Amino acid sequence: MSDLNELSIAEARDRLAARDLSARELVQASIAAMEAAKPLNIFVTETPERALEMADAADARLKAGDAKPMTGIPVAVKDLFCTKDVCTTAGSHMLESFTPPYESTVTANLWDNGAVMLGKVNMDEFAMGSSNETSAYGPVKNPWRLGETDTVPGGSSGGSVAAVAGRIAPCATGSDTGGSIRQPAAFTGTVGLKPTYGRCSRYGMVAFASSLDQAGPITRSVRDAAIMLGAMAGHDVKDSTCVDVPVPDYEAALTGDIRGLKIGIPKEYHSADMPREIEDMWQQGMAWLRDAGAQIVDISLPHTKYALPTYYIVAPAEASSNLARYDGVRYGHRAQLKSGDGLTEMYEETRAEGFGEEVKRRILIGTYVLSAGYYDAYYLKAQKIRTLIADDFRRAYKKVDAILTPTAPSAAFGFGAKQDPLAMYMNDVFTVPASLAGLPGISIPAALSAEGLPLGLQILGRAFDEETVLKVAGVMEDAAAFTAKPKTWWS
Amino acid sequence: MSVDKATVKRIAKLARIRIDEDRLDPMAGELNNILDWVEQLSAVDTDGVKPMTSVVDHCLHWRADEVTDGNKRDDVLSNAPDAEFGFFAVPKVIE
Amino acid sequence: MSKEAKNYIVHGATGDWEIVVGLEVHAQVTSQAKLFSGASTQFGSEPNSNVSLVDAAFPGMLPVINGECVRQAVRTGLALDAQINKFSRFDRKNYFYADLPQGYQISQFAHPIVGEGEMLVELEDGATKSIGIERLHLEQDAGKSIHDQHPRYTLVDLNRSGVALMEIVSKPDMRSPEEAGAYVRKLRTMLRYIGSCDGNMEQGSMRADVNVSVRRPGEPFGTRCEIKNVNSVRFVMQAIEYEARRQVDILEAGGSIDQETRLFDPNKGETRSMRSKEEAHDYRYFPDPDLLPLEFDDAYIEEARASLPELPDAKKARFVKDWGLPDYNAATLVGEKESADWFETLLDALRKGVDSPVEKLAPKASNWMLSDLYGQLNKAGKSLSDCPITPTQGAELLKLVFDGTISGSASKEVLEEMLQSGRNPADIVEEKGLKQVSDTGALEAMVDKILAANPAQVEQFKAGKTKVVGFFVGQVMKESRGQANPAVVNEILMRKLAE
Ligand SMILES: [Mg+2]
Ligand SMILES: [Zn+2]
Repeated sequence: MSDLNELSIAEARDRLAARDLSARELVQASIAAMEAAKPLNIFVTETPERALEMADAADARLKAGDAKPMTGIPVAVKDLFCTKDVCTTAGSHMLESFTPPYESTVTANLWDNGAVMLGKVNMDEFAMGSSNETSAYGPVKNPWRLGETDTVPGGSSGGSVAAVAGRIAPCATGSDTGGSIRQPAAFTGTVGLKPTYGRCSRYGMVAFASSLDQAGPITRSVRDAAIMLGAMAGHDVKDSTCVDVPVPDYEAALTGDIRGLKIGIPKEYHSADMPREIEDMWQQGMAWLRDAGAQIVDISLPHTKYALPTYYIVAPAEASSNLARYDGVRYGHRAQLKSGDGLTEMYEETRAEGFGEEVKRRILIGTYVLSAGYYDAYYLKAQKIRTLIADDFRRAYKKVDAILTPTAPSAAFGFGAKQDPLAMYMNDVFTVPASLAGLPGISIPAALSAEGLPLGLQILGRAFDEETVLKVAGVMEDAAAFTAKPKTWWS
Repeated sequence: MSVDKATVKRIAKLARIRIDEDRLDPMAGELNNILDWVEQLSAVDTDGVKPMTSVVDHCLHWRADEVTDGNKRDDVLSNAPDAEFGFFAVPKVIE
Repeated sequence: MSKEAKNYIVHGATGDWEIVVGLEVHAQVTSQAKLFSGASTQFGSEPNSNVSLVDAAFPGMLPVINGECVRQAVRTGLALDAQINKFSRFDRKNYFYADLPQGYQISQFAHPIVGEGEMLVELEDGATKSIGIERLHLEQDAGKSIHDQHPRYTLVDLNRSGVALMEIVSKPDMRSPEEAGAYVRKLRTMLRYIGSCDGNMEQGSMRADVNVSVRRPGEPFGTRCEIKNVNSVRFVMQAIEYEARRQVDILEAGGSIDQETRLFDPNKGETRSMRSKEEAHDYRYFPDPDLLPLEFDDAYIEEARASLPELPDAKKARFVKDWGLPDYNAATLVGEKESADWFETLLDALRKGVDSPVEKLAPKASNWMLSDLYGQLNKAGKSLSDCPITPTQGAELLKLVFDGTISGSASKEVLEEMLQSGRNPADIVEEKGLKQVSDTGALEAMVDKILAANPAQVEQFKAGKTKVVGFFVGQVMKESRGQANPAVVNEILMRKLAE
């Protein structure tokens, strides 16, 4: 591990621009760290040759003086983003041998902005999970440990956050359906931003739940999140749900001035069983904001407690349909057939072998809630409650400019600690409401738990107002001065 | 609303996922746990509430009627588990 | 004019049965590119060549709608006098099949783009019947599974996957195979008129799912069977006939009808149960989260309306009212836009050359087109689309008849020659010496000769049997080898016989 691995995007960018560092050196440091980090099981596919090629191209560009915002910056790509000619698994055995002949829009935007692909990182299978334990390629280990005991990195963007927290890359792409960027960011002391639904294109991103999935950056600083979001976002005619509004200069939003801003504290996020240290961190966060001249306002989001069950109808329903294409016909795994097996056997065996337990469970739930006679009671009901949840936020944002909550109800936990699916689902209790409403949110590291693990605070904002979210996050980041980092025990 | 073994079998069939016989009962239990939990939603009064159709509040973009894609059979077949004469091949279906 | 449609009855051993038919017609929208992808819709290409990664449902691929398909659906809805829904939505219809790459079809279930409408159909005996349209929605076509080209495999071609279809669903308003046939024919005419579908049933651009049930007259609807993908008007009629009989036989033997999907086998003229669609379906429809609702305003609808050509019913009414065409002629001519257009051009040219009221010209011209022209084209195994002469040439020929240059019978001979050589009628008449004799002197001589040779018939005429005039005309025509002008002959005859 060299000092270069500690550089933020902004720092590396400035040094690259000053020609006091070459992209090749920077990328080589990342490749070395990637090699050393094998015990963390972060990468599903490493692409060092490609990284070096891209680094050389970046150096040429830097030399020519036409550098883009992320020229030469190494990126770990969640294995959910299709990358041309590079295997893309979505953490599933189903796509073990899948090589897309196309590039996702988000990664294409990053490469257009000069970024360098380090490799594809591990994740919960099809992004279904909050601990990375559902990956067909084995769980990612959190660089942060409880003494000698491994902890989960959170999920589903577990590989992404581990790569960033472990100083392998300064940034990684993530995707967030119900908290899959923010919760793992909180578990690893990184910054994770879920933009407004429609801000980043979903084209070429393996779909989990189409109405919720949104790509976003995972970094070590708020400034880096701003830089990277700018490089990922933008209108895309290939995604009908991607919005045609200009991408602002997010970095410019980091003015440090939040005087007069109103920050809402939703009373429903308090609960009797919230751990003391989470509650304390939250209070501390409010104090930081007050000190910076913001006004703390109590608000109510009355349908909060229904968000999680609503999510666990909507997301599996969409997933059951989105994952129907994995049938062994055109790509991906196909089961070995016995003589006499027909199409139905091919489907049933292929999908039984290709999908893991959690994915199967969610497909079955989703199939059930959409099936004849149950649609109204489950799916339709859930979509109505979703309207109520979005209305709660709409009402709140008439009074406040942003909302502050904890990101997750606990710090990272040990492997196997949450055997019961429902207990696992509870991880997303604070992140899911904004997902259902399509709103932006960021998690920043705010404190360490008593056991020395990072804890995160979440800032939510209005639709397409990532600027306010980033501005508030930047102020809190300064106040928190979170400098703790994991020990490099793996190398 | 409770899911029994037969229901698990039926939805597994709909979803085209073979479930081992000895997994049917446990799976019914797991699904019931989740369904019992989401049951709390029935307490919410949703009379007159419009179901959410889209979280984004904008208009559907329409493409022009132009051929801009296709003509990439190699790409289309590049990941095929089995292909014959430019077709995808699957076990024979009898109509 | 509106005659009631006659009842069609299946006579069973235990009494009479009525049949109830509803149709779901899938019509391929005329467009360059597919409904949700930029791949070509061209027919007959190499397998899997007109396929984008969207059509093949690769991971992360998303649908983007083709505006032209929306426009054509709206135009079609307007032509069917139907409700146009300014808000509609796409739903996913989930099921597994090898040629359905997404594992769902994007269709419109709860909110179709077009609602209720109606269409008037004409039956063989001149009766008309209004058939209700339940809805029209846009959806994706599936690919094609080929089961008989390989010993072990079914082969899948996705060229059609994602092509835009309009599913036009009728109400269960048809009561006979003939009505169903007339409905499909009329629908095809309409679609071709407005250009929203080429109506080519052989290539599968238009195909019908036929729902058939039987009942005792006056009783509620029976259980129906759906016969999938019938691809000609004749087969639609045959399938209904067979299926109704089959159901009556089962019911009369004390059995009951299973609601099922069946296939029509054109070789055997039978329907049979489809094994592959055996199991009960549960399509789990829900709104496609990859797409937003489809919305447009009144101005958009009005623009679509303004782009519609005159529709067959209006055209027929105009032919009858303005030009005095017989109902049957008008109906036949408007059956295809092409024939209506041909006729209008013919009549236009004719009116420029002949100074006679249109009500006189038009019926004759239509008769000529439907009997002489169609008759000869038919004999040659040709249709209007490969007719070797232009409507203007046809008008020139008719002019020669109207101004008395040639006789009606000679015109047939000229037409035959025109169809063979494409030459102008005047030249042919000249060359073959087919000009009529209108020279009174020569004709008077001929009449005198005939009257003198047939005194008995002259007597008959004088005794009041005026019908013998026809006999004399015939004799004169024979004498003149068909070149006598019958009108002139008639006039001379009447004068001489009155002497
Ligand atoms: Mg249908
Ligand atoms: Zn259909």
